[in-house]
Amino acid sequence: MTENPAPPTHLHLAVALTDAGWHPAAWREPDARPDELFTAGYWADLVREAEHGLLDFVTIEDSLGTQSDHHRLPDDRTDRVRGRLDAVLIAARVSPLTTRVGLVPTAVVSHTEPFHLSKAIATLDYVSSGRAGVRVQLSSRPHEIALFGRRTPADVDLADFDSPAVQAYVAEGFAETADYVEVLRRLWDSWEDDAEIRDAATGRFIDRDKLHYINFRGRWFDVKGPSITPRPPQGQPPVTALVHAPVGHGLLARNADIGYITPHTTDEARATVDAVRALAAAEGYGGRPPHIFGDLVVFLDDTADRARARRDRLDTVAGTAYTSDTQIFTGTPAQLADLLQDRHRAGLSGFRLRPATLPHDLTAITRGLVPELQRRGVFRTAYTARTLRGHLGLPRPANRYAAA
Amino acid sequence: MSKPLKQIHLGAHFPGVNNTTVWSDPRAGSHIDFASFVHFARTAERAKFDLVFLAEGLRLREQHGRIHDLDVVGRPDTFTVLAALAAVTERVGLAGTINSTFNEPYEVARQFASLDHLSEGRAAWNVVTSWDAFTGENFRRGGYLPREQRYERARAFLETAHELFDSWHGDEIAADKQTGTFLRTPDAGRFAHHDAHFAISGRFNVPRGPQGRPVILQAGDSDEGREFAASSADAIFSRHPGLAEGQAFYRDVKGRLARHGRRRDDLKILPAATFVLGDTDADAEERARVVSRQQFGDRTTIAFLERVWNRDLSDHDPDGPLPTVDPTPDGTPLSQGRADRLAAEQALRTATQWRELADAQGLSSRELLIAVHGRHSFVGSPSTVARAINDLVQNDAADGVILAPHITPTGIDEFADTVVPLLQERGVFRTEYTGTTLRDHLDLPPAPRRTPPAQHAQPVPSPL
Repeated sequence: MTENPAPPTHLHLAVALTDAGWHPAAWREPDARPDELFTAGYWADLVREAEHGLLDFVTIEDSLGTQSDHHRLPDDRTDRVRGRLDAVLIAARVSPLTTRVGLVPTAVVSHTEPFHLSKAIATLDYVSSGRAGVRVQLSSRPHEIALFGRRTPADVDLADFDSPAVQAYVAEGFAETADYVEVLRRLWDSWEDDAEIRDAATGRFIDRDKLHYINFRGRWFDVKGPSITPRPPQGQPPVTALVHAPVGHGLLARNADIGYITPHTTDEARATVDAVRALAAAEGYGGRPPHIFGDLVVFLDDTADRARARRDRLDTVAGTAYTSDTQIFTGTPAQLADLLQDRHRAGLSGFRLRPATLPHDLTAITRGLVPELQRRGVFRTAYTARTLRGHLGLPRPANRYAAA
Repeated sequence: MSKPLKQIHLGAHFPGVNNTTVWSDPRAGSHIDFASFVHFARTAERAKFDLVFLAEGLRLREQHGRIHDLDVVGRPDTFTVLAALAAVTERVGLAGTINSTFNEPYEVARQFASLDHLSEGRAAWNVVTSWDAFTGENFRRGGYLPREQRYERARAFLETAHELFDSWHGDEIAADKQTGTFLRTPDAGRFAHHDAHFAISGRFNVPRGPQGRPVILQAGDSDEGREFAASSADAIFSRHPGLAEGQAFYRDVKGRLARHGRRRDDLKILPAATFVLGDTDADAEERARVVSRQQFGDRTTIAFLERVWNRDLSDHDPDGPLPTVDPTPDGTPLSQGRADRLAAEQALRTATQWRELADAQGLSSRELLIAVHGRHSFVGSPSTVARAINDLVQNDAADGVILAPHITPTGIDEFADTVVPLLQERGVFRTEYTGTTLRDHLDLPPAPRRTPPAQHAQPVPSPL
């Protein structure tokens, strides 16, 4: 059942929250609160601001290891934010303080147990009354592998990304992630919605015929089930994943409800959307194709000059020009609205904006971009649904184990 | 001069997935909806309890190879509920059971350290171990752990977690915008741990929390369990709420502390306890009989017998005498996933004891089980119960109790409203929180920062 689906002219908006913002010098901005990064109040204020802007959801970045300027290795920098709290717990902590905005923590799937994550996200869905999602993330960094001591780092040079060895290695990581997501979904379905019967006449609390062993057997996991947590309010909280390369498109086409991609141009966005949709169609993807959101780092100010000057100033403070895996937008909310509409027409259903600094770029989104999009008639003026699936126009999935 | 009055510590255990939780009562609410947890935790906080406590289970129980359907089934994830409760409470401690067998120390330490930050110093970890392949079927690891290694692994797990908590000293974050110094030292969180169970190294990425480390609770009654608690725990969640048994346990465990360089008050002894209140003692006795009868319905009574007899007793009359046939303890366990599985291994002895007791007192199967498994720790009027709990504490049989009510989520309301004020009048329970952290409530010393063992601190000599 869908709660008032958004008109097709509407685009979806999420923000990606991390540390003091995505720019490495963000924590030194005048409005930054670097000494509060490990407090609940800091995160509650950000998520409430996102809700004030009627955004579909927030994602909360996470990693098992310490942040690093280097892509794959730890560093010894002392002039950057280092350390972070568990994203699922942050999401749970802020959920009672908000009522509508979706909460999508990042979870590393390479070193964790799908059984634990399944019940954690199901529980986030209970504590938030249907606003949970999850972003599944691979981690193959050697220094994160060493935190668990259960795997051997791969003997490949990831710098040579297009080599067959690296492509095979990365494909394997996505295959494991796909299995992980399959286990999550089966565990969420392992209780039928009406399994709890409280039948005093027969003394039965549950109808055990409505609980199901998932009996998943795969290369990386064997999981028996059922979950210890009943099916969550949304049935299955949306699963999201960030993918940079075609090797991951299968994960988006088959396993995700929302895929984040990192195009640098509208043509690139269109090509990726077409590729994922073609893959979904070719492989007979049963349900609706996934949402595909474009990721953008944003520096937003009243004038483009001011935004560019701020970015330059931050780069100077950081000692290096900021680069990203995705496009970095620098400009005004109106200019960003132009770009988003253009990409929306190219097939992206929504955007995950990464504020360069917090709270500045977040409030520029909620108080600048959102009103601009509303004026143009392409963004909601009030929440019309209560669940994350409702915001996204995703139906509550049928339970695969329930008798038709 | 008389001995000064000891202050009582109180915990509230959210009703669990077993026959003691009465779901058929009209007052019984959801054990899943967050509103139930909010009600429970806020009641505990209103009454100035030290902590609320959540248990854990990682596989649904089975009887006859099918999911056991008579008791409350299903519960939400411990960490997620506790983090959400931190938003709707301000002072009460937030304790959760987390199994050390089907988790990795880095991940669990990170979650507890995060919870301690997000609750401003209210996190507590009840460390339990499991070993069975039955539970292991839900995990990557499977059920590989031999039972005799459970405490060894638990000790290694906890030791590793302590090293992670202590890898930050607490003064590393400068967050100085002017000088650009976020960390005072590049090494914050660096650790390396190598033992038979864990070989891990790197940097822990959560700074030291408000309590230094979470309060460590430990449940377990074996000699190994007691020793583990004496060496490593801040509180022990025991099973001896009676006076004489409690005193023996208390003496034994407190006596072990000195060997580990700890003081008597560094470990609090908090037995699990149940209660039934009434306007008068007689009312309470009558209510207790009704509750026991709800807890041991026909099929539940049979299920309990089957756990010991390990054979199908579905035709047995619960109101008749105990089965005359002998248990068949060998073979596939008929019941799986329960903590009391050990009892089945001593089945013949248990059956003999039960028969003797039933014969001596003329008890039916149901009455026998209520006498053995269904007795309530405290039954009486509020003043009777307040006196009994205070006697337990003042006579060194406990430092407090962790109360497990039988109704979700309102089961401690009556206790909070009637017994707590009487304890406060006697001057043995706080009327306001005097500290902000759970460690404060439990009157525990600040968590010492351990220096890692020498072999970890020194570089490994090169063979060359």
